[in-house]
Amino acid sequence: MNGAHPPVDGAGAAMDEARACLSRTRMQARLWLAQRLSAAVLALCVLVHLGTIIYAVRQGLSAEEILGRTRGNLTGFGFYLMFVAAVSIHAPIGLRAVFSEWFSWRGKSLDWALLAFALVLAVAGTRAAWGVFR
Amino acid sequence: MRLPSSKQPARWAALVNRVSGVLLSLFLPVHFWAMGQALEGAARLDAFLAWTQQPAVHAAEVGLVVLLAAHFTGGLRLLALEALDWSAIGPWHKDLIAVAAGASLGVGLLFALNVF
Repeated sequence: MNGAHPPVDGAGAAMDEARACLSRTRMQARLWLAQRLSAAVLALCVLVHLGTIIYAVRQGLSAEEILGRTRGNLTGFGFYLMFVAAVSIHAPIGLRAVFSEWFSWRGKSLDWALLAFALVLAVAGTRAAWGVFR
Repeated sequence: MRLPSSKQPARWAALVNRVSGVLLSLFLPVHFWAMGQALEGAARLDAFLAWTQQPAVHAAEVGLVVLLAAHFTGGLRLLALEALDWSAIGPWHKDLIAVAAGASLGVGLLFALNVF
């Protein structure tokens, strides 16, 4: 094909730009989907969490009361691990949209910063869930 | 950033959703650190919980509960808007915003009545 139709000047660069644009669009679509799926999981988790904290604070919080409810509770541990995973996905994607819109912060520096934030949430959240389970 | 006018409830709802999301994201690492105190023993967790018994901390907790409830109800509203046909949900849109706002404040009040 190239022999019959010599490349037009700049066609390669235009193709590269089109590919980069497609790649960015695909990434946006994946992030949108991840944001919505994590939101659906969080809707359930937040409902349970709100109910639990309103009930738990009635008699005043104590380590004995909290740990009595959580120590060795595998269902609770699994629930909080799911909660932490969903929020570690949801929060950084939401912040990405807000930072680009409010502060015009975009590009790789924002993506790396939010990836680091996602890791902090995942590690600190798992540590907290383990702390009250073990 | 320009604040919406009083006749733009949907823009207010979007702003509340974003602000609550940002504030909750900033709070999360602190919350995880606090619950992680349990790793250092029940006495350490109790010492932290004793510190939280101050009225100012309880007031901050009420604010956080309202933020969480507002982000939750606002998020449900957004999911409904995206999932459902606008012709079905459009006429109810402002009512949905009002219900979301009322439910968030109601949850905050319920928490306040229990924590103070």
